[in-house]
Amino acid sequence: MNARFLIRRFAHAALLLAAISLFSFALVQSAPGDFFDQMRMNPRVSAQTVEGLRSEYGLDQSFAVRYGMWLRSAVRGEFGISLAYNTPVGPLLIPRAQNTLLLTGTSTFIAWILAIPIGVWRATNRKKLSRRSCELATSTLLTIPDLLLFLCVLLFAVRSGWFPSGGMYSVDSESHGLLRLKDIAWHLFLPSLALALATLPALIRHIRSAMIEVLDSPFIRAARSHGIPNSRLLFRFALPVAANPLISLFGFSVATMLSSSLLLEVILSWPGLGPLLVEATLNKDVYVVIGAVMLSAAFLIVGNLVADMLLFAADPRIRVE
Amino acid sequence: MVNYRRKLVVCAVLLAGFHMAVLFAGFFAPYGYAVQDRELPFTPPTRPHFIDSQGRFHIRPFVYRWQTDPAISGSIQEDFTRRYPVCFFVQGAPYKVAGILVSRVHLFGVDEPGRISLLGTDGFGRDQFSRFLHGGQVSLLAGLLAAALSVTLGLFVGAIAGFYGGWIDEALMRSGELFLALPWLYLLFAVRAAMPLHISQSQVFLLLVSVMGLIGWARPARLVRGIALSAKERYFVIAARGFGASDAYLLRRHVLPQASGVALTQITLLIPQYVLAEVTLTFLGLGVSEPMPSWGSLLSSLQQYYVLSTYWWMFLPAALLIPLFLTYYLAADALQEQWKTVSL
Repeated sequence: MNARFLIRRFAHAALLLAAISLFSFALVQSAPGDFFDQMRMNPRVSAQTVEGLRSEYGLDQSFAVRYGMWLRSAVRGEFGISLAYNTPVGPLLIPRAQNTLLLTGTSTFIAWILAIPIGVWRATNRKKLSRRSCELATSTLLTIPDLLLFLCVLLFAVRSGWFPSGGMYSVDSESHGLLRLKDIAWHLFLPSLALALATLPALIRHIRSAMIEVLDSPFIRAARSHGIPNSRLLFRFALPVAANPLISLFGFSVATMLSSSLLLEVILSWPGLGPLLVEATLNKDVYVVIGAVMLSAAFLIVGNLVADMLLFAADPRIRVE
Repeated sequence: MVNYRRKLVVCAVLLAGFHMAVLFAGFFAPYGYAVQDRELPFTPPTRPHFIDSQGRFHIRPFVYRWQTDPAISGSIQEDFTRRYPVCFFVQGAPYKVAGILVSRVHLFGVDEPGRISLLGTDGFGRDQFSRFLHGGQVSLLAGLLAAALSVTLGLFVGAIAGFYGGWIDEALMRSGELFLALPWLYLLFAVRAAMPLHISQSQVFLLLVSVMGLIGWARPARLVRGIALSAKERYFVIAARGFGASDAYLLRRHVLPQASGVALTQITLLIPQYVLAEVTLTFLGLGVSEPMPSWGSLLSSLQQYYVLSTYWWMFLPAALLIPLFLTYYLAADALQEQWKTVSL
């Protein structure tokens, strides 16, 4: 077994995360103006007070010093201090990140469960008319703006009243245990479905093209001529061969999923990273922005790492290389 | 294949038509984007009629003015007492063609106090159709410029990385990974957070364009790099080098032309994405703001529950984006197929 591949990937991920922290820190810190701008406008707050606050939060220090301070607090798990909430960023972000993970995880699951059979079916479907209409249907679905889709979902929730129209818990529920779980699942249903629907068409397209490539290869023809039933042929013979690009796709799909999720969280007021990030951006709450961006990058990198490990497990060629 | 060429031509014609309508929004839109009618907020789309209330048929379509019933709040119906025939090439509010020429001619319109609003009106009684066309000038231009910017960047970075190889390649591609490793919307927010919030409209616009353009260069750069890698091994490139051609000449004459297909396809793919990015940012309140219309600000009123649940026509601008994006994607597909057959 070749463990060097995995070690290299891990080192790469860690390095990337460090680079991203420096990059996002530099970017956000280079912003003109800061959190206390509004306070400066207020004639009742003296300039000394603002300067005092700035030095208290270390905003008057040089870039290197601030980055060092931030790194030290990151090691403690604090990731700086939120200026708006006046608490460390880490504990502020973690529950939000959990909610985002819950949402994106569920929808990733739904999306792949749906996409694989549909994609495989689309690959085998060679009749011209139905193929054309399917193609048009997925292309149209692909071009529906996420924004419109999410707004329609919200409209559906509001109009029908069958589903909660936002949030993660019922307002009046103080329940615990199983009831609470049921409440969350109830609130999760519509957002996760919407998010899955938003990523579904791209997945189907990729699965279909990967499958078509495999189905054209000679060993499939040979297997077919041996009389192996079609479903076994597709899912036991062709799909594992087509799996490699799909596993890498899984890593990349995390990125689009997170971006769509941000918008969805704002529209359906899901208490994830999205609404917090929007609010922090408007407030110039720099450490929250950096923390949220870092977290999103970490999710993405972990997603890619998982994809790498799956690839490692699935493809013997990588193991012996 | 001829099939793809035909598809490409159809897409190009459709796109050209749409872009012309947006470019000459002043002519195609019956009203300016800021013209208000506070008496009649949130009117549904105007219905063109051919048969009037007496049952007579008119060849020229006409519309009725909407009226509210003061007794019943929220009720709105057509006022059948007066017809407003739809006229073409009418004189209306002055506007500027291409920023210079002043004109008053609009493609269609009705006499005052009649109003024609094909997509309904918003909370200030502003015509959504006119705002959609005018807003396209912001959104589409942002998308086009940003796509052009990131593909140009990607073209240069990718060509240089692939052509020179070694540590240059390593450094450029690693920094590109930084951009690929972040979800784009989060990255957009990080960059947006770095910019001042309250700046003039044109600055916001330039900012949006440059932010979106700077973020997206990594993917085209990867593709172009692959092409440059294979291009520099080609015999005619090696021969040209043997004749003493400089690196700049080789890049310009032999490497970049081979990447032009990929570049064109990438631009076509990126434009709808960037238009959507602008729409999303503006929807979230970080893009251009009122009274300047953009497709994002047209939709941002949907953030209010009562607008969302009551006025269905406020969704129409978003729905109109679907055929536009579909045409772009089909064009990108056709382009890709065409260049595949050419390069083989």
